[in-house]
Amino acid sequence: MLHKTETVQTSRVDHLLIAEMVAPESRVLDVGCGDGELLQLLADTKAVDARGVELSRERVNACVARGLSVIQGDADKDLADYPDQAFDYAILSLTIQATLRPREVLQHLLRIGRRAIISFPNFGHWRIRTDLLLWGRMPRTTNLPEPWYASPDSHLCTIRDFVELCELLDAAVEEAVAFNSAGRRLPIKRSLSLQNLLGEKAVFKLRHRTPANGS
Amino acid sequence: MMAIQSPLQQERTADDGVPVHHGTVTFPAEQPLDLDSGKKLGPFTIAYNTYGTLNGDKSNAVLICHALTGDQHVTNLHPLTGKEGWWSLLVGPGKPIDTNRYFVICPNILGGCMGSTGPASVDPATGTPYGLTFPVITIGDMVAAQNRLIEHLGIDQLFAVLGGSMGGMQVLEWASRHKDKVYAALPIATAAWHSSQNIAFHEVGRQAVMADPKWLRGDYHSHGVVPRNGLAVARMAAHITYLSEDALHEKFGRNLQNRSDRTFSFDADFQVESYLRHQGSTFVDRFDANSYLYITRAMDYFDLAAENGDVLANAFRGTRARFCVVSFTSDWLYPTRESREIVQALNAVAANVSFVEIDSNAGHDAFLLDEPEFFATIRGFVESCAAKRGLPPPVEQA
Repeated sequence: MLHKTETVQTSRVDHLLIAEMVAPESRVLDVGCGDGELLQLLADTKAVDARGVELSRERVNACVARGLSVIQGDADKDLADYPDQAFDYAILSLTIQATLRPREVLQHLLRIGRRAIISFPNFGHWRIRTDLLLWGRMPRTTNLPEPWYASPDSHLCTIRDFVELCELLDAAVEEAVAFNSAGRRLPIKRSLSLQNLLGEKAVFKLRHRTPANGS
Repeated sequence: MMAIQSPLQQERTADDGVPVHHGTVTFPAEQPLDLDSGKKLGPFTIAYNTYGTLNGDKSNAVLICHALTGDQHVTNLHPLTGKEGWWSLLVGPGKPIDTNRYFVICPNILGGCMGSTGPASVDPATGTPYGLTFPVITIGDMVAAQNRLIEHLGIDQLFAVLGGSMGGMQVLEWASRHKDKVYAALPIATAAWHSSQNIAFHEVGRQAVMADPKWLRGDYHSHGVVPRNGLAVARMAAHITYLSEDALHEKFGRNLQNRSDRTFSFDADFQVESYLRHQGSTFVDRFDANSYLYITRAMDYFDLAAENGDVLANAFRGTRARFCVVSFTSDWLYPTRESREIVQALNAVAANVSFVEIDSNAGHDAFLLDEPEFFATIRGFVESCAAKRGLPPPVEQA
């Protein structure tokens, strides 16, 4: 099972971008780890001490059965249990938009991890803007396929919104990558406006400017 | 000589060919056990079973801690009942706890009645059974006795310690008191402290035993009698707590026992009554009433937070063990909420912890039953720990 070197497989571009941001042999907490794909990728390619939290009982059990250290828990409730700076990285991949209190969740991530890495769908993408402008309805894209009444995403934001939240929480952006549906990075690092218009998703690596003095 | 060891007997179980070794070790009076009560107990004997082979560097030892009415016969035919071992579904060749790979040790607990020193044992000072002169013991004392056995076997670190219910309490105590001796810990269907409700049920059981006129203030051995009725009632009451309302309803409903109508008497008209009576009467054939009193007391006294300044996380501070905490949805004796408290305490010290809740309607006893999702998670967790510990992968059997 785990002790074999497996071919790295991931269907998610943001996972590969996140993996690039993670230093080898570090301690990682993936909040909302799903079926453990990112944890497995990080364990296989970066030899990290990988832990996960996942809401769905079935997914947790599947993760543990494949040898990953995962607990059943809720990002909105259970992050308070963790001590300050217990991990090198606290990761939230395509999950923040589904939390009840994104601000508090992000605060906890910045507290628990020396770095926080967050990926999220960008609601500022031009197709979403034009959908809303032209048709006057809540946009539905491949990233956001559900109708508004069935969507788990209660707190969608744009890249610009997210940058503002980072400022509000005194978080320094160390890296920010926007990418399109083909998974291609956008070579427009300097312009936030262009990233916000052309990026379908984004990955941010953050650091709290005044970290808590945890253990 | 440190301890007196009886010659190891070896036999093969009928079905799966895994050799079981029955061992006993007696620690002499000069090396007594320092009990949590402040008293000393010595000499004392620990009876244990082992399965599989200890590897060269003694890194593949797995300690199994049994529950209140369990014993060391984990996966061999029970010598008294002739039934399969109580965890034969989980432990054995190719099973999640694979006896082809691990050296599995299961001692009968201190205070038990299957060969380890307990209230039915003869007090060498008097030549008669201890009865109520046996000291009140704790879960910590049980673990201290097990630690003496592990030292006797020359094992520095256990690859894994696992157990359900009271066995899980011992796992937590091991992980807390012997941090460097536990590589992986699996507390299953358990809690870090015994709840008021659980103490209440135990008190009912103890009162049932003590109300039996044949109990004779615990001195029944000297008079050649056994408080069968009292112990059977205790078992019947306890057995209900190991199940769930759904499980009872599915198994028995309001079905009548071998009769077409009510008898308008106090016979066991209902199947559930007949079942409980059977559970009670078979239990007394294999269990000592005083042991039942002492062991339930040890569980009632268990409170790992209280032992650590009322902060459960302190029990685990500095641990490097990998934990896998397991609960079952329908277990109302040790509900998921209590497992979650253990997980919270482990998170508070950034311990490496997995936590699964298994969907089952079987109640507390689910940990003893055929629960495929439970087995899959245990197998995955243990295999990943084995890989990290550098133990060889399972041998593919032709």
